[in-house]
Amino acid sequence: MLALGVVLLWVGVVVALPLAALAALSVADGPLGFVRAVTAPGSLAALGTTLLLSVAVALVNAVLGTVIAWVLVRDSFPGKRFADALIDIPFALPTIVASIVLLALYGPESPAGIHLNNTRAGVLVALAFVTLPFVVRSVQPVLAELELDAEEAAASLGASNWTTLRLIVWPAIRPAVISGTGLAFARAIGEFGSVALIGGNLPGVTQVTSQYIAQRIEVGDPTGAAAVSVTLLVIAFSVLATLRLLARGQRRAVA
Amino acid sequence: MRLSLPARLGVRTVALAYLAVLVALPVGMVLQRALAPGLATFWASVTTPAAIAAFNLTLTLLAIVVPLNVILGTVTALVLVRGGSFRGKALLQAFLDLPFAVSPVVIGVALIALWGAGGWFGGLADAGVRVIFATPGMALATAFVTLPFVVREVEPVLREVGDEQEQAAATLGATGWQTFWRITLPSIRWGLTYGTLLTVARGLGEYGAVLLVSSNLPGVSQTLTLLVHARYHDVANTYGAYTAATVLMGLSLATLVATALLNRTRRHP
Repeated sequence: MLALGVVLLWVGVVVALPLAALAALSVADGPLGFVRAVTAPGSLAALGTTLLLSVAVALVNAVLGTVIAWVLVRDSFPGKRFADALIDIPFALPTIVASIVLLALYGPESPAGIHLNNTRAGVLVALAFVTLPFVVRSVQPVLAELELDAEEAAASLGASNWTTLRLIVWPAIRPAVISGTGLAFARAIGEFGSVALIGGNLPGVTQVTSQYIAQRIEVGDPTGAAAVSVTLLVIAFSVLATLRLLARGQRRAVA
Repeated sequence: MRLSLPARLGVRTVALAYLAVLVALPVGMVLQRALAPGLATFWASVTTPAAIAAFNLTLTLLAIVVPLNVILGTVTALVLVRGGSFRGKALLQAFLDLPFAVSPVVIGVALIALWGAGGWFGGLADAGVRVIFATPGMALATAFVTLPFVVREVEPVLREVGDEQEQAAATLGATGWQTFWRITLPSIRWGLTYGTLLTVARGLGEYGAVLLVSSNLPGVSQTLTLLVHARYHDVANTYGAYTAATVLMGLSLATLVATALLNRTRRHP
């Protein structure tokens, strides 16, 4: 009983109370104030940039993440374990380090002559970096468990690779691709550290929602910051809840 | 399906080229930039007073947060697995997963909403207890982002080992503490170590949440991640940003290697 009390106090003070205070602060100026804060031009521009780039990076991950998972499971070549280890680096590195790492190659001093700083392409690269592991690591185990029998049977019956991919491999890995893509999207819309330096925080161009929120705090508008924060949270939770429902439906279909 | 050789090489090239331009080359570039002027220059850059102060602050935050989250995380896992059912259990589970889904900046705003001037606990600031723009706020931010790791690593282990041995110990007259130290703790030690490593790695690298609640003064209230940002952005010391980032990268990769080794030990004890 004492243990339960301590746990509730800890989780309450660290997580629940701050979020409750955030929700209260977001409507401190009334429902209309909330709507005004979220629909301010700067807020809408940042939300637009965030959603556009997050969808783009989710699609890049869906395709290239699946290709990488395929290569890591089905192909063999020297240095494959090194390539596999590279996938974990984006989760291990602090996000601000990710920003510096990308600036070293794609920043103002780029030895390759590619200058992505202060551009949407730069933000996209940063988001692609931090979300790299999601699709790869969710598809990889599914591909590794996939029996080759069905594929070989299809091939011996004269199915082309394309047909086998479409009718046998894709249905098996589709849930993993969708879940990895969804997680990558949810991560991308809240991302802050990795885009902080490479994006340049240009309002209307590269400023993402998390940067807009930080800016509202800097200019002394915590209520506006809280309103946009709650909006961002609602989007993230909707994506994660949808993924959970999809996964449940999938399990039921299998059972 | 068997790909023809050209198709296989093509797919392999696409995958490896993506990994190279996105991860391998940029990481290599930072190391080259940081180390090219020589080790002495590198060392001088990462041992400036501001850098040492940042390193110390990061360690201080970890020294506050890691023990709290390790101990309370273990208690939470025990309550969830062994505590039977209680009202609000599902809600507790949901709150434990929240830190994974919340943007770091939103965490910062939430802490300001609770502890900042005009916040629910804003009265503390008037009474002279500074939380926001001080070390307690940064510790709370770090605690928020690292809260789930120990719980989520220990919980499945506890479920898997079951409570037969614990019950046997109790039958033989062991006290609750004896059972915990001699039976429960040894059986969860790998999960606990793994969760602790993840907590350290995440705490070390937190940036957004800490940025919002720090006064961000060099040598006073900058963590290592804030130092990297300030060196690049505020004082245009690009080389210093590369070297500080290299230190952080070294620490994170060391944790990554440790977790990988631990995973191997866990699978083949």
